[in-house]
Amino acid sequence: MSQTLTSNKVQAGTTEARWIRYSLIGTALVFMFLFLVLPLAAVFTEALRKGLDAYLEALKEPDAWSAIRLTLITAAVAVPLNLVFGVAAAWAIAKYEFKGKSLLTTLVDLPFSVSPVVAGLIYVLMFGAQGWFGPWLQAHDIKIVFAVPGIILATVFVTFPFIARELIPLMQAQGSDEEQAAIVLGATGWQTFWRVTLPNIKWGLLYGVILCNARAMGEFGAVSVVSGHIRGQTNTMPLHVEILYNEYQSVAAFAVASLLALLALVTLAIKSVIEWRHAQEIKASADMSPERPPHQMAST
Amino acid sequence: MSALSIAAPAPRRAPAKVLPGFNLTLGFTLFYLCLIVLIPLSALVFKTFTLTWDQFWAAVTGPRVMASYRLTFGASLIAALVNVVFGLLVAWVLVRYDFFGKKVVDALVDLPFALPTAVAGISLTALLAGNGWIGQYLEPLGIDLAFNPNGVVIALIFIGLPFVVRTVQPVLEDTEKELEEAATCLGATRWQTFSRVIFPSIAPALLTGFAMAFARAIGEYGSVIFIAGNMPMVSEITPLIIIGKLEQYDYAGATAVALVMLVFSFVLLLVINALQTWQRRRSGVSS
Repeated sequence: MSQTLTSNKVQAGTTEARWIRYSLIGTALVFMFLFLVLPLAAVFTEALRKGLDAYLEALKEPDAWSAIRLTLITAAVAVPLNLVFGVAAAWAIAKYEFKGKSLLTTLVDLPFSVSPVVAGLIYVLMFGAQGWFGPWLQAHDIKIVFAVPGIILATVFVTFPFIARELIPLMQAQGSDEEQAAIVLGATGWQTFWRVTLPNIKWGLLYGVILCNARAMGEFGAVSVVSGHIRGQTNTMPLHVEILYNEYQSVAAFAVASLLALLALVTLAIKSVIEWRHAQEIKASADMSPERPPHQMAST
Repeated sequence: MSALSIAAPAPRRAPAKVLPGFNLTLGFTLFYLCLIVLIPLSALVFKTFTLTWDQFWAAVTGPRVMASYRLTFGASLIAALVNVVFGLLVAWVLVRYDFFGKKVVDALVDLPFALPTAVAGISLTALLAGNGWIGQYLEPLGIDLAFNPNGVVIALIFIGLPFVVRTVQPVLEDTEKELEEAATCLGATRWQTFSRVIFPSIAPALLTGFAMAFARAIGEYGSVIFIAGNMPMVSEITPLIIIGKLEQYDYAGATAVALVMLVFSFVLLLVINALQTWQRRRSGVSS
């Protein structure tokens, strides 16, 4: 970042010749353009190919609306659940030593490495008609799989580690000196958490929440297995995109997709702002107390 | 600048449990973990036990399934290797050089994390299909990148890029300029400095990034199915085999293949964990 350009002669030893530099930058930019910028641009141009009216028409469709609503509901349930879990898991793992801690950390990460399709399948095996609880659920007329609860469960599974994973390294790096001081001074556990821990982890928490939210709204594979694809009822936005696309309604598919792409862009923007704010705070706290190790925000 | 390091914080000695909440948080963590992850995953294992060994073996080694393994593993491997090369390049450019728009490029690296996979899938397909922006120029040349295994590789490159960049970038930021200066003073060329001094220090991170991109690619579904064409024996990935079996109500068969994938992803997870520990220890020693 901070390349102090003192003189070209000193620099020559630790950087490359100008033509190498420019060709490396050029190659990287061309690669990024082809693989990231073009697909993003394609979403919006395809969506607007038949004009703004056709675009808005596609979004006004009732099935599109119910897909949007279901996506919002799913995220509104899944994200808070994983938020509570993430904070509890990070507190337990970062503040205490206990047997089996590294195994627990590995298990928390497990949903990341499970294929989304497998994630959907396991809930079908649990709650489907032939599954463990299938007969009981049918007898009581409760639908989980091929209904909204299944979609939420599958989404909770795939977004399970997001927040815990941001918080664990952050809280480990911060140690628990401040919390101990608060307890010694007579604060209760909850007071300590709200007044001491939460202000310290707020950026990491927010970071985890927006990543978790982006994945929850965009999940396709796992949700596809448990949804049953009932139009207007169990279609989330990504599933609706798939159906429209397979019906050759390209403009409508890309119109709904463009909303998801906007969500991605907003997520990236918030993420950059958080990282910037976090860096500012590190700089400020590093100026004040040099002994505290600044924490590097790790992305997944 | 000198004090900035992401060396894992020295494991602080556990305080005698002064802080309250251990039982509550650990209890809730275990309860939630069992409810959402462990019990459902065990359903997969138990369902597989309803098969005899022969049935299981037949389900996981059918010719169509074997072809899907070859495609999934082969394409994931190629994509992860491409990501290692270009991921290192992007990370290097972002850390070492200044150029216009660098902040935007840096933020854009995470796009594949944030963009829903289905959106990535249809948009890559729209670009590469015979009438697409890129496809229309490639078709006369006889290059077909959509609806065949090439498309699978391209979708997986898209999905895996941030893993390599984001694991290598912080390590590269931390490499010490002093070592490079010393190497130069001792007469090393820039290439020698890179291959003998810089590269060894980022190799563990690069390997971790490779393993993460590979693991993600193996399980990927959403972005691939639109561009793959999904022809049996040719461009059908393993997750799609599972879906196909489910749609034919072959629950046991789907479960058997899923178990193979699950075991493989668990092994990869352990490998990644070991690599990260190694990387942390390496950077701990060097700084």
